[in-house]
Amino acid sequence: MPHAILVDLTECVGCGACTTACQQVHQFPEVENPTMDAQNFTTLRAIETEDGEVYARQMCQHCQDPACASACLVGALEKTRDGAVTWAANKCIGCRYCMVACPFDIPKYEWASNNPKVRKCTMCYMERQLTTDLKVDAEGYVLDRSGERYDIDGHNVKAEDRDMIIELTTNADGKRASACSVACPMNSTMFGDRAALIGEAQRRIKDNPDTYVQKIYGLKEVGGTSVFYLSSVPFEDLGFYTNVGTENLPDHTWRVLEKIPDIVVTAGVALGAVYWITNRREEVRKFEQDVKNQRSQKKA
Amino acid sequence: MKQFLSRITFWKATAGLFLLGGLVTTVIRFGWGLGASTNLTDETPWGLWIGFDVVTGVGLAAGGFTLAGIVHVFHIKRFEPVVRPAILTAFLGYCLVIVGLLFDLGRPWSIWHALIYQNPHSVLFEVAMCVMIYTSVLALEFSPVVLERFRLQKALKVIKYVTPVLIILGILLSMLHQSSLGSLYLIVPQKMHPYWYSPMLPVFFFISAVAVGLGMTVVESYLSARAFQKTLETPLLRDLSKMMIGVLLVYFTMRGIDLVRRDALGFLFDGSFETMMLYLEVSLMLIIPLILFNLRNWGRSRQGMFFSAFSVVLGFMTNRLNVTMTSLEAYYRENFGVSYFPGIGELMVTISIVTLGFVLFGLAVKYLPIFPDHEEETVLRLDTKPENSGPHAMHARPVPGLNRH
Repeated sequence: MPHAILVDLTECVGCGACTTACQQVHQFPEVENPTMDAQNFTTLRAIETEDGEVYARQMCQHCQDPACASACLVGALEKTRDGAVTWAANKCIGCRYCMVACPFDIPKYEWASNNPKVRKCTMCYMERQLTTDLKVDAEGYVLDRSGERYDIDGHNVKAEDRDMIIELTTNADGKRASACSVACPMNSTMFGDRAALIGEAQRRIKDNPDTYVQKIYGLKEVGGTSVFYLSSVPFEDLGFYTNVGTENLPDHTWRVLEKIPDIVVTAGVALGAVYWITNRREEVRKFEQDVKNQRSQKKA
Repeated sequence: MKQFLSRITFWKATAGLFLLGGLVTTVIRFGWGLGASTNLTDETPWGLWIGFDVVTGVGLAAGGFTLAGIVHVFHIKRFEPVVRPAILTAFLGYCLVIVGLLFDLGRPWSIWHALIYQNPHSVLFEVAMCVMIYTSVLALEFSPVVLERFRLQKALKVIKYVTPVLIILGILLSMLHQSSLGSLYLIVPQKMHPYWYSPMLPVFFFISAVAVGLGMTVVESYLSARAFQKTLETPLLRDLSKMMIGVLLVYFTMRGIDLVRRDALGFLFDGSFETMMLYLEVSLMLIIPLILFNLRNWGRSRQGMFFSAFSVVLGFMTNRLNVTMTSLEAYYRENFGVSYFPGIGELMVTISIVTLGFVLFGLAVKYLPIFPDHEEETVLRLDTKPENSGPHAMHARPVPGLNRH
């Protein structure tokens, strides 16, 4: 069951609980009104509109066909069946093509580090899998089911932090969800089944045409994503990336890449043929020259 | 000491200065990370080291496959004397591209991950594979020079036997990754200026690489002729230059048609930074070479040919930097209000790498049989069969007096 997040901006009061919960669950320093960087995976921008102040939330869109995952040469970024786009620290070589490729400019980098990580929202993917029954090793680190240290984006989890992470990613019904959705006091950020959330979003804009602009941001963008927004003001006015198109971006490169086998075979055969013909011509020329020389020698 | 000082020329001193700057930046880069040594940020993740050291560098090394193809696949043997310098340039070029890449990668020690964690959907994966294999192929293509120097006849025979396969493999790999460097940018249609984003980017990258490969060969032949008194026939350079102009005409015709079809010509008189950079690119790569080409004494003067080829090389660099950097400036400005210009450290490292290229090229020409008149006649060439070195070889050679009908 793929998960998704629905953010209803009309419900948001800009309290910042989501940004704080995000910092807490990742054990980042807590800052108010953060900007997106390697230690802040979600932001809230207060924007003055005709309808009063609107808080434009931003986070990874978790695209259905992510440009970052397609760009990554070692496959460190991956669209999981859960719906989250995750990043594997042990594979990344630090080329930053994902940052170039992302249509929403989401992946951030640890520029000051000598062993830098690419950081972005993973919809609390690994945090949501963390449970109390996992074993702990002698040094106090939680182990995963295969016996390796439990790894969240290249960080190991200490046993003493486990309860905090579980608490931050468990909602009132006892279900596991992203920390930002659990923390939201207005239920503006909702975490759940992707199809169900799309249904909910469609119902809301249909039932309240006066409240909402008739658009679910994230439903069609770059071929579909797993994070949806509803708003009372046009998304252009909120600084959302509205010119990203509705086509899967990886298709642009795949159209070229898929031709490679044909190109290699065709060009290989053509070059081989040219080589053979010109080489043969050279051999024949030499042979004729030889014969000619021998004849003229005989005559002499 | 006096003798030592007298050997320091202006160029050597300048090169030393750049290398020192590069060394300081290297320490900062590997001691304190990319943030401390570059102007790169979260908003502008790729800069000069990718734009010049990798994307431009690979293009400038395209002479290797172009000339190897002309001489060894199409058997146009007249150009044989320039194949070795071209392959040397390519080999050094690719080695330096890899050096540049090690600076830019955040975790250079894990570069080998590309071999095991393969993502066939990534253009960068294809580039990495091709560059890796092609650098090995170039090492083999270049090896006869070293083997000749040390007179290793057996190894030479083996290399000679596989040369046709190596050359064709090299051309295929080059076709793939020269074009793929353009494909890298296909995934960001909404970020790039319409002057430079085109679905045709891979084709444009390949054709322009062929042109600059020929241009680089003319430039380096001219420069080495001056520096090492190695002479190359003027008609040879003239033919290379003509081919270069021909390829460029095809290239710019295609780009013109592409710009018209994508309605990108509307910006041509907006006086923006991007437009100025496009003018610079087209002037250097097309207009100046064409003017020089049409001068009456062009074909007779080596300087004329050198300057037209050099202009193409500069124009090519401008094009690659435009695609990788200029075309994204408007996007950076509108979305983040920032602009990218390489920092002094980035420039120092790049200049150092180029300097290193010049120094290594010079050393190779000095100590290895690169240009034809270096030592005695080379021992083995692809077109001379080993049995020709026997007594029959005398008869095989056309003797002018005996050759009448």
